[in-house]
Amino acid sequence: MSLVFTHTEWLQLFLHFATLSLLAVGGAITVAPDMHRYLVDEKLWISDPQFSASIAIAQAAPGPNVLFVGLMGWHVGLNAAGVPGALLGFALTLTGVMIPSCTLTWAATRWAHHNRELRAVRAFKQGMAPVVVALLIATGWILATGTGYDLSHWPLWAVTIVSALLVWKTRIHLLWLLGAGGLLGATGWV
Amino acid sequence: MQPADRPRPQSPADLFWSFNWLALQGFGGVLAVVQREIVEKKRWLTPEEFVEDWAVAQTMPGPNVINLAIMIGDRHFGLRGALAALVGVMAAPMLIVLALALAYANYSHHPQVAGALRGMGAVAAGLITATGLKLMPALKRNPLGMPWCVLFAGLCFGLVAWLRIPLVWVLLGVGGTSCVLTWRRLKA
Repeated sequence: MSLVFTHTEWLQLFLHFATLSLLAVGGAITVAPDMHRYLVDEKLWISDPQFSASIAIAQAAPGPNVLFVGLMGWHVGLNAAGVPGALLGFALTLTGVMIPSCTLTWAATRWAHHNRELRAVRAFKQGMAPVVVALLIATGWILATGTGYDLSHWPLWAVTIVSALLVWKTRIHLLWLLGAGGLLGATGWV
Repeated sequence: MQPADRPRPQSPADLFWSFNWLALQGFGGVLAVVQREIVEKKRWLTPEEFVEDWAVAQTMPGPNVINLAIMIGDRHFGLRGALAALVGVMAAPMLIVLALALAYANYSHHPQVAGALRGMGAVAAGLITATGLKLMPALKRNPLGMPWCVLFAGLCFGLVAWLRIPLVWVLLGVGGTSCVLTWRRLKA
């Protein structure tokens, strides 16, 4: 793919991700379908494999998953202007998606902390507690069954269940578990 | 309120390095590591505080781990602390992701690479599940009482994990009902 990018396109890229920022309740991944619609279907800026790879690479790396947004910009820039363009695209999409939501979070949580004895603030935080705990377990469930409920996936599920039990009941370092999982996968056991 | 001698971050630099270190351990999402490092090792937050702060981080737009970093940073050192924690959680992983993106074109077709990613993904699913399991005791002192907590948690799990209802509706519906009920309980 080769694209012609002027200031207008770069600005559009930044602004589109800045608008998505405040909609991303539950993390940037919740607006990924809209990113696909815009970048792949409407603008033809990146290919579908590049879109999928952006998400997979960010999941393989340590750190916040939101970095996949930067990789979308990376691929747009790569198609438009090589590696320098890729770096610019990475910076534009990532700052675009971060600045609005971070500013809002900073202001709102600051207010909530100063008013933490208010009944409404306490009711919100404590009322959300069971939902929060359930969402964590549900996220684990969704990640573990992302490949479907086919029984042939049982070795992967066994890995998930064993690592959940080990983390719950022991203080084993998380990196050992991830290393073991990577090794089992690379050698073809799971 | 809180005793004065409880552990807390010493400086914005301490925040930066602490979040840097935990972000580097967080494969497949940083949450499991945040709970382990901030609650169990450093004790900056109790399990109850962690659940409450996580509720806020989760309901604000944007990545929840980043929201949590901003909240903890701001609480101790204001804007400087928020920025230190934010940059800490982003900096090192960003460099790694860029290196991986450069390498991706060359190695993406190797089956071992795909296999290793699959194995690590299965472990990551277990880590996040365990974080939820470990936080369950924090619900014991919830003003709702255990039966209501179990009901709301079970409902939320079913809607999200099995029916795949968009998160916004679950937060508004189940979360909203739970908050209203908690609000009424807190009156007494």
